[in-house]
Amino acid sequence: MADAAQRQKDDLSLLNADYATRYGFKDPVDYFHKGARGVNHEVVEMISKMKNEPRWMADRRHEALDVFLSKPTPQWGNTKLLNEILYDNIYYFMKPIEQQGKSWDDVPEYIRNTFDKLGIPEAEKNFLGGVSAQYESEVVYHSMREDLQKQGVVFLDMDSGLREHEDIVKKFFGTVIPTDDNKFAALNTAVWSGGSFIYVPPGINVEIPLQAYFRINAENMGQFERTLIIADKGSRVHYIEGCTAPVYSTDSLHSAVVELIALEDAYIRYTTIQNWARNIYNLVTKRATAHKNATVEWVDGNLGSRLTMKYPCIQLVGEGAKGEILSVAFAGQDQHQDAGAKVIHAAPNTSSRITSKSISKDNGRASYRGLAKIHKNAVNSKISVECDALLIGEDARSDTYPTMEIDNEQVRVEHEARVSKVAEEQLFYLTSRGLSEDDARLLIVNGFMEPFTKELPLEYAVELNRLIELEMEGSIG
Amino acid sequence: MADKKPLLAFDDIHVEVEGTEVVKGVSLTINPGETHAIMGPNGSGKSSLSQALMGHPSYEITGGEAYLNGESILDMEPDERSRAGLFLAFQYPLAIPGVTVANFMRAALQSHRGKDADMSDFRKLFKAQMDDLGIDHAFATRYLNEGFSGGEKKRIEILQMAMLQPKVAVLDETDSGLDIDALKTVAEGINRFHNDSNGMLLVTHYQRLLNYVKPDFVHVMMAGRLVKSGGAELALQLEDKGYDWVAAEANQKVEV
Ligand SMILES: Nc1ncnc2c1ncn2[C@@H]1O[C@H](COP(=O)(O)OP(=O)(O)OP(=O)(O)O)[C@@H](O)[C@H]1O
Ligand SMILES: [Mg+2]
Repeated sequence: MADAAQRQKDDLSLLNADYATRYGFKDPVDYFHKGARGVNHEVVEMISKMKNEPRWMADRRHEALDVFLSKPTPQWGNTKLLNEILYDNIYYFMKPIEQQGKSWDDVPEYIRNTFDKLGIPEAEKNFLGGVSAQYESEVVYHSMREDLQKQGVVFLDMDSGLREHEDIVKKFFGTVIPTDDNKFAALNTAVWSGGSFIYVPPGINVEIPLQAYFRINAENMGQFERTLIIADKGSRVHYIEGCTAPVYSTDSLHSAVVELIALEDAYIRYTTIQNWARNIYNLVTKRATAHKNATVEWVDGNLGSRLTMKYPCIQLVGEGAKGEILSVAFAGQDQHQDAGAKVIHAAPNTSSRITSKSISKDNGRASYRGLAKIHKNAVNSKISVECDALLIGEDARSDTYPTMEIDNEQVRVEHEARVSKVAEEQLFYLTSRGLSEDDARLLIVNGFMEPFTKELPLEYAVELNRLIELEMEGSIG
Repeated sequence: MADKKPLLAFDDIHVEVEGTEVVKGVSLTINPGETHAIMGPNGSGKSSLSQALMGHPSYEITGGEAYLNGESILDMEPDERSRAGLFLAFQYPLAIPGVTVANFMRAALQSHRGKDADMSDFRKLFKAQMDDLGIDHAFATRYLNEGFSGGEKKRIEILQMAMLQPKVAVLDETDSGLDIDALKTVAEGINRFHNDSNGMLLVTHYQRLLNYVKPDFVHVMMAGRLVKSGGAELALQLEDKGYDWVAAEANQKVEV
């Protein structure tokens, strides 16, 4: 037994050799507050109390906990891995420091160092309009450019959002993703902490991205951030989310809920680059509502984690609304990326496009799980779905589970799915120009990802290519 | 001249593809400064020979030896052959989706120069070579060979040759698919590249390229063998009379 555990530990550290040095370091932390393991009404009440929340939110949490406890574990996706989650072993709330920092100098040095290593303050200086840095359960640093503040843009951590803009939060919280949507959304609603709250006033164009960075540091940590973004009429905003965690031999859980609301003529792009350590369960619910002539775009990059189950969704509820979901997933050794996309057309003249790219390597498994639904009234709507899977190595696996529910005839639906391997001929062509086989394969893989990468701000594109390079190192066949 | 080391020498090369022998004992020596042309009917094994020389895994060399600069290359991987100075312009260049011409070219040149070598001159060099070959700079950011016309692909092959400056360049039907102006530009590119210290092997069906790029030797390949060799005038004869007479001559030889 001890042997097996040790072996697993060794395997993990081997697998994560590069991840460990670059992202997997852990900080020795004296937490301001570290609750007990497990979740129950006491824990929920404690979280709510510590946050000094209004009663309605506390009630919401308690109801949600009941939903979580009564809902069975999903019977689809990777049920084997889902059943291995030990809910009683997880810490549901850890508050690293008492007070959030407004400047990096306010943040304790060990945490500041962490974010320094991850390049956050640097990125903030160079090309971001605002930054939020969450460490375990709470946002430890937050700032936004003054000009954006002056325009009335609100970018806060969710806890502060609730305190300072209770009316808006109360109006929209849980309206896109109801508590009982799924077991993990219910859990998040019960124990949520941190995340981002963004409100962009009518007509305001936030030209530079706002970013939040989520860092899990502790072993067996559960991170349950809650994000709510509201783009009021005719406004525009681009939000970027990044995540990493140290490497441990036992699992941590990341279960976020993200709700986006794009009101009439508004535009929201939500970009994620997740690069979790391979001991993280990443079970996230992301959904957007697009009103009349609004546009929502999910740009979703999934690297790392043991199991990711994530299907960004767009509900097109207003006439002329548009949705785009562009996702990539990289499933390496012992990983399962169960990712996908959902679009729901509930108004006329709506259009959506889903592009899903996955790479499976070694015994990794990437699944595309998609839903495209067109309601009766959504006449003249268009959906296009393109799934592209690349397999590297004989044991790599990819599967596609597309569902189409089309309730009217006046629509255009395109669906394409491809599975390919890195072609010998392509490898030969590139190696005949001097590239080593590994470099050639990496170039082909980067090319495969290019439709995704080119949507990222340059700095992230470079970083993503680097991450893929790390993932590809030592790959066979 | 006797002490001049051949750039490329192969001796009795046999190539099998899918279990069939398609090249049946070919020997050829290319000295510095020389241009050789191989002509021959469709399916005679010209591309198979070229691909096998470059190390394509499907074209197995089952017999013979090949030396580049005096060094045996048959145990080398394709990338090692490339870095040792061999270049093959493909008859059918492949598309690499999502990889821009510039990124690919930079990676290729970097591999020749070494991982940590300085590449600060890359842009300038690349632009200059594109200009010389009349290639629009917009191609730099297009995906390699994706949606390129036949002629555009061939120009990009020559661009790669010009950038990598190989010791021996094998050009497999680089002239086919080129319009009259493109043929001239590409031929000029080849002539600019060619000098006393490198060698060329042109695989072609037509005399028209050889009007611009004058070969020192012309070889005729038929059914996996070089059956006749001569000077530049042989290409003219072939253009004029086709291959039948060469075949007849070759058969006679076999019978004797
Ligand atoms: N990958 C392959 N698989 C099967 N047969 C092949 C393959 N490549 C070449 N051959 C066969 O080998 C023979 C020689 O083909 P090759 O392409 O070398 O001829 P070529 O002289 O270059 O012809 P062309 O002038 O049409 O380009 C042909 O019979 C061809 O069908
Ligand atoms: Mg050929």
